[in-house]
Amino acid sequence: MNAQTGFRVERWTTVSRASVACVAVLAVVAAIAPQWLGPGAMDRLTILFVYVIMAAMWNALAGYAGLVSVGQQLFVGLGAYFTIKLADWGLNPFVGMMLAGMIVAIVAVPLSYPMLRLKGGEFAIGMWVVAELAHLLVNLDPLVRGETGTSLIALNAFDPVLRRNVIYWLALASLLGLLGGLFLLLRSRVGAAIQAIRDNEDAAASVGVRVTATKRLIFVLAAFGVGIAGALWLATALTFQPKAFFSVQWTAYMIFMVLVGGIGTFEGAIIGAVIFFLIETWFGSAGVWYLVGLGATALVFALLLPRGIWGAIERRTGLRLLPVGYRLDVRSDVRQEEGGK
Amino acid sequence: MQATTPILVADGLHKRFGALVVLDGVDLSIGEGEALGIVGPNGAGKTTLLSVLAGAQPPSAGSIRFKDDDVTRLGAPARCRRGLARTHQIPRPFSGMTVFENAYVAASQAGGASGDEAYDIATDALAQCDMLKVANRPAETLGLLARKRLELARALATRPSLLLLDEIGGGLTNAEADDLVATIRVLRRRGISIVWIEHIVQVLVQVAERLICMDAGKIIADGAPQAVLSDKGVVAAYLGGAPA
Repeated sequence: MNAQTGFRVERWTTVSRASVACVAVLAVVAAIAPQWLGPGAMDRLTILFVYVIMAAMWNALAGYAGLVSVGQQLFVGLGAYFTIKLADWGLNPFVGMMLAGMIVAIVAVPLSYPMLRLKGGEFAIGMWVVAELAHLLVNLDPLVRGETGTSLIALNAFDPVLRRNVIYWLALASLLGLLGGLFLLLRSRVGAAIQAIRDNEDAAASVGVRVTATKRLIFVLAAFGVGIAGALWLATALTFQPKAFFSVQWTAYMIFMVLVGGIGTFEGAIIGAVIFFLIETWFGSAGVWYLVGLGATALVFALLLPRGIWGAIERRTGLRLLPVGYRLDVRSDVRQEEGGK
Repeated sequence: MQATTPILVADGLHKRFGALVVLDGVDLSIGEGEALGIVGPNGAGKTTLLSVLAGAQPPSAGSIRFKDDDVTRLGAPARCRRGLARTHQIPRPFSGMTVFENAYVAASQAGGASGDEAYDIATDALAQCDMLKVANRPAETLGLLARKRLELARALATRPSLLLLDEIGGGLTNAEADDLVATIRVLRRRGISIVWIEHIVQVLVQVAERLICMDAGKIIADGAPQAVLSDKGVVAAYLGGAPA
């Protein structure tokens, strides 16, 4: 049939190959950048990496799988809490951060069973409720000392320069690992199934997609990524206050980044995170007005550019830098035959 | 009536939604390679029967055997992977994906094919339904008729041995209906068994070698198309009178 119809499926283009090469160059530059950067710049970049991870994970969940959650702060808080806990048990805090992400993923597996039975708004709010419950439970741990919180004092044992470097590299490695893994997953046939579920769950089931198992995969992946992000945030902030880590503002930021950048596009989440980071860098000190500005920006985007920046660019130019889709290139002889009908 | 071994046997199917009885004891056998048409007035339970056969809804009672296995407890994905596919009366495209990606999901998930093999299956299914020229369009931009064709293409991409069609002919012009009949005949020649619900009987009888008529959750006639269509009970059901 291949010879008969004459077609080719295009997954990479020259542009997308070039952009992946650019990403690789950027990654190498970022990896060796600490030798030129001052401590302030490194801390800021670490924060940017954390934002990109958070945006990409929320986008994977909501933009690709259609699972809109307003409770992702659950995993920010748990990632930080498990890091504190593991450090308290004497584990190297850097190892503990990565291990905390894995524990968050393990916790997400049983959690997914009740949560994925919920649909739409029920799931969104249900996740928020679970986050609040987890917040209260964590407060019961004497180690945390209620809302007073505690610090990741184990990090004080390390030389400040080394500490900053290791946190920076861990954040960069997490970013590359998580986004690279997500990119490969979305390009695989599982990625196509995930999007089918988002668009119509019953129809996806009717063409053989194992709906719940596929959703569980992306739910756990997003939990893992956000758990790592929470642990990294703790490492830069040092103090763990439950109220701050289990705050719904984390999810609000994730939603902001993804909506502004372009929901359901791989590039969009990254762009949104960078924009959010820049706004915060320039206007973050403005206090309440900064938050008002963020809200107003989100509103303007929702009204004027509902597909976000990248969604609008993609639509107008057809440009795809990091494509996860498929394009069928039908040969001209077939096209003529079709056109002549 | 059947010359071949059955590919699907449904036994005593009931489906109740609370007090409402939608399927009231349906016994049905579909032969290997057979084309079975289902007619009946609105609300007779035709679409529900299709959903129960496809595994989208579990029956309240009764059993379903497909290719000699009891599939009553299996969900739609598992039945699809065994070769039992359906289309939806109201098209349900994966609207955020392209037409080709719609077919690719079906090809790669149901058949477990990957890479070039899945591309071949998806492209072939689109070619069957004359959808190649819109392969790269987002499914959300398609009109109703194209959406119906996409339903069929997507079901074909699962490489079914039994295909359940739910009113794919509604709203077609005569020429389009002829195309559809030609497509279904090609599928039959490939050995695919067909169950087709359709209101437009003159289209249906061009393909179906056997017809059943449903009314109020029961099969009230089963047999050769002309015999079923002239059956008194069938005529009464359509005209709204009490069964003779």
